[in-house]
Amino acid sequence: MPSPRYWREIPGRYRLEAGRCHGCGKVVYPTRRICPACRGAEFEPVLLSRRGRVVTSTVLRVSPDDFVMESPYAMAIVETPERVRLMVQVTDCEPSTVQPGMEVTLEFRLIRKEGQSGILCYGHKAVPVVAADTARSR
Amino acid sequence: MREVAIVAAGMTRFGELWQTSLRDLFVDAATEALNAAGVDRLDAIFVGSMASGQFVGQEHIGPLCADHLGMAGVAAMRVESACASGGMALRAGFAEVASGLSDLVLVAGVEKMNDGADATAVLATAADQETEAYQGVTFPGLYAMIARAHMETYGTTEEELAAVAVKSHRHGALNPKAQFGRVVDLQSVMTSTLVADPLRLLHCSPVTDGAAAVLLCPLRDAKRFTDRPVKLIGSGVATGAMALADRADPAFLDAVQLSAERAYRMAAIGPGDVHVAEVHDCFSIAEICCIEALGLVERGHGRHAAPSGETALGGRVPVNTSGGLKAKGHPVGATGVAQVIEVFEQLRGEAGDRQVADARFGLTQNMGGSGASSVVHILERV
Amino acid sequence: MSGIVGYGAYIPRNRITSEEIARQWGKDPRSIQRGLLLEEKSVPGIDEDTITISVAAGRDALARADVDPQRVGALYIGSESHPYAVKPSGTVVAEALGIGPEVHVADFEFACKAGTEAMFVALSLVDSGRVEYAMGIGADTSQGAPNDALEFSASGGGAAYLFGRDRVLVDVLETYSFTTDTPDFWRREGQFYPRHGGRFTGEPAYFKHVEAAARGILARSGLKPEDFRFAVFHMPNGKFPLAAGKALGFTNEQMKTGRVVTTMGNTYSGSSPTGLAAILDVAEPGDRILITSFGSGAGSDAFVLQATDLLPSRRELGATVRSMLDGPRRYLTYGEYAKYREKIILNH
Repeated sequence: MPSPRYWREIPGRYRLEAGRCHGCGKVVYPTRRICPACRGAEFEPVLLSRRGRVVTSTVLRVSPDDFVMESPYAMAIVETPERVRLMVQVTDCEPSTVQPGMEVTLEFRLIRKEGQSGILCYGHKAVPVVAADTARSR
Repeated sequence: MREVAIVAAGMTRFGELWQTSLRDLFVDAATEALNAAGVDRLDAIFVGSMASGQFVGQEHIGPLCADHLGMAGVAAMRVESACASGGMALRAGFAEVASGLSDLVLVAGVEKMNDGADATAVLATAADQETEAYQGVTFPGLYAMIARAHMETYGTTEEELAAVAVKSHRHGALNPKAQFGRVVDLQSVMTSTLVADPLRLLHCSPVTDGAAAVLLCPLRDAKRFTDRPVKLIGSGVATGAMALADRADPAFLDAVQLSAERAYRMAAIGPGDVHVAEVHDCFSIAEICCIEALGLVERGHGRHAAPSGETALGGRVPVNTSGGLKAKGHPVGATGVAQVIEVFEQLRGEAGDRQVADARFGLTQNMGGSGASSVVHILERV
Repeated sequence: MSGIVGYGAYIPRNRITSEEIARQWGKDPRSIQRGLLLEEKSVPGIDEDTITISVAAGRDALARADVDPQRVGALYIGSESHPYAVKPSGTVVAEALGIGPEVHVADFEFACKAGTEAMFVALSLVDSGRVEYAMGIGADTSQGAPNDALEFSASGGGAAYLFGRDRVLVDVLETYSFTTDTPDFWRREGQFYPRHGGRFTGEPAYFKHVEAAARGILARSGLKPEDFRFAVFHMPNGKFPLAAGKALGFTNEQMKTGRVVTTMGNTYSGSSPTGLAAILDVAEPGDRILITSFGSGAGSDAFVLQATDLLPSRRELGATVRSMLDGPRRYLTYGEYAKYREKIILNH
C-alpha cells in the first residue's frame, strides 16, 4: 500500500475512530462523507469498543503473496457493541476454532508489510476472548 | 425505446489458452459472431473486462479491440464492474441500440487471466481495498464467509454445497467449449483441498482465459442477420454495499434480488416463467444464494435445489446448463456475455446435449465482487 | 513528588520451550534448564513487533492512570528491535494511543537498557515541570541467532510507564546510572542478529555495571537491601540476576516476584521493566522496590520506588503480568517458531 493511502486512514486503523451520524445515530466505520443509512452528512467522532462477536468466519489457506507467512489464518466479520461490523483477521489461536458467535477482543497488530523495504501497515485484529486477558478489552 | 434482438454469437473455448493473447481472444470471439451474421461493419463495440490492466498490463482496450478487428474508427469502449463487466457491457450495448444511438453493436467480454499475474491478488482488487483487501481477505475467503453465514442461518451442509459443483461438472461435460470436460462425484468434491473453510478447490471456479461476443440490432432489422433472433426483453442492474461486512445479512445477495426485480418488471414476467437460467456460480455457495435472490427458489431453500435435481438438466428450472462458471470456466470479464450465449443457444434450440426442451424465457445473472453489483437479463425466443 | 501514575505490560501468547529448541540442535535440555534456568520463552506472533507490544502496554498504562492521552507531553520507546531502521516507532504508538500531536517523541536504543532509559527521561521531564505527563516504554522482539545460547532466551514483550505528579501509584525516591564503554554485545547496522563476547558479557559487563548501579543507588538513598520488599535486576537468563542480587545482599524472596525470565525469556529492553510490572501487580502500599537494568555497551539504570495507597485499586484496571505468563498460551514447534520469527526464506 502506497504510504499516502495508508497514512490517510490512520485514525480509523490505529484508534478505531468511527463516525456517529447526527441524523440517524448510525455508527459508520470507517468514516464516510455520507451516512449510508440516512444520507446525513454530519458525524461526530466516536471510538469503537475494542471487543465484539464473530458474525461469520473462514480460514484462508490460499493467501495473497503479502500474507503467505501468516497462512493459514482465520478471518471474520466482527460486530462491535456499536453495531459496526469489521472485516478482520483472528489471531493468537488455532484458526479452525474461530466460529460464528465467538467473543473476541480487538488488538493493535501489524497487518501487512510492503515487500522487503516498503512501509509497515498496522491496524486491528481480533483475538478470541478465551485467549485474551479480559482486562485488556475495557 | 426500440426493441432489441441478439442475432449472432461467438465464443472461444474457455481454458488455459497459453498461445492466445488478450487481443486475439477478443478477435476470435468477435469474428465468429460477425461471420455468423454476415456482417462486416459495426456502429459500436462495448467490451467488458475486469482487469486487463492488471492481468496483462493493458488498459485502453476499446480501441485495441476495434483496431485488431480491422475496424479502427468504430466507436469502442470498455465497461468494468469486476466479474459483472460482461453483463454490464451487454446492458450498455442494449441501451445503445434501444435508444437509437446505434443500429449494429457488438458486445464482447474478454479476460486473459493466465499470463503470469497473481490471479488471487488481482481478483481481490474487486473487494473494498481499505476494509477488506487491506486485511488479507481473498474472494474465496469472502464467499466462504457467505457460505458459513448460510450454513448458520439455514443449516446448509457441506454435502449440499458439493452437490452444486457435481451438477455443474455434469453439465459442463456436455459443453465442448467448457474448461472442464469431466464429471466429478460428491466424494471428490468433499475431499478436495480446502481453500477457505468451508470452501474447497472443487467449489471454486477456475482461472480462465476466454472471450465471448454477441451482436445486437433493433428487433425490426433482426431477420436481415438471422432467421432465429432472440429478443432482449428485460435488463436490471443494481448495486449493494461494497463490503461484505456492511450487508445486513451476509447470507443474502440484496443487489441480485434488486437487479432481478427490475428485469422481471421490464420483461413483465416472474421467476416462475423462467425456463432456463445462467447464474453467477463463482463458488458453489454463490449459485445457492443467487437462485434464492432471483426468486427461482424460496429464500433459504437454495440448498435443496442441486441435491433434488430441481436445477439440473431435466429438472424444474435448469440452472447453469453450460457448466456454469465452475465447469465452463470463469474468464471474469467474459463471463456475463458467455452466460447470454448459453441462453441464446438454448432459446434457439442449438444447445445440443444440453438442450432444455421448448425453452421460451431464459435469464442470465452476472455478479461483481462479493455481490456489490449485479446485472440480470431476460431473453425471449422470437 | 513525581512518580508512576500508570503502568502496563504485554507478553505475546506464543511460547517455545527450551526443550524444543534444544532438541532442534541436539543439545541436552536439562543442561539448559539447569545452566541458564530457562524453561520456556515468549515468542512474538508474526503480527507483533516493538510497536504493537508498546501499544498494548501503553493502553493499559493509560487505563490504569485514567489520564486523557492528550495531556501526555512526551513519549519515549526503548528497544533494540525497532521495526524501522529509519522512521520512529514512537509516532505509530503515539497515534494509536491518542497521544499528540503536541508531544515530544523519540526512540531510544542502548541494548537492553533502552527501556529504563526511556523511563528515566520521561520521569525527568515530569520532574522538571516541562511536561505534565510522560510515558517511557521498554519493548523488544529480541533477536537471537539460531543455535546461539541467546536463542534460548531472546523473547518478546515489554512494559509502559506513565509518569506524572498527581495521583501517583508509585513514588520514585531515587535514580542512579552507571555507564562505561564495554563492547560485550553488539549488532552492526544492517545485521539481523547481534553478536556477543561470550563469557566477556558476564563479569566485566553485566555484573560490574549492575552491581555498581545498585550499590550507587543504595549509597545515595541511604537504604540497605533489607529495606526493600522487592528487587529486580535485568534478566539475560535465569542465573545472572540471582547471582548479582546475592552478591548485593538480596534474598531469593525479594527477587522471585520480578524474576519472570524463567518462563518469559529475555525481552531485552522490556526485561527489567516487565519484571517491575509483575512486582507492581502485587506490591502493597509502602513497599520499597529496587529496579536495576543493564544494557550492553554498557550501562545500568537504577530506581528506588515506593508503592502508594493508590496502587492496589488502580492496578485492577489492566492485565497482570502473571495472567499473561500463566494464562492462555500456544506452544510452538521449532518449525512454527522459525516461521513466526521469519527465519524461513520465501520465494517471492
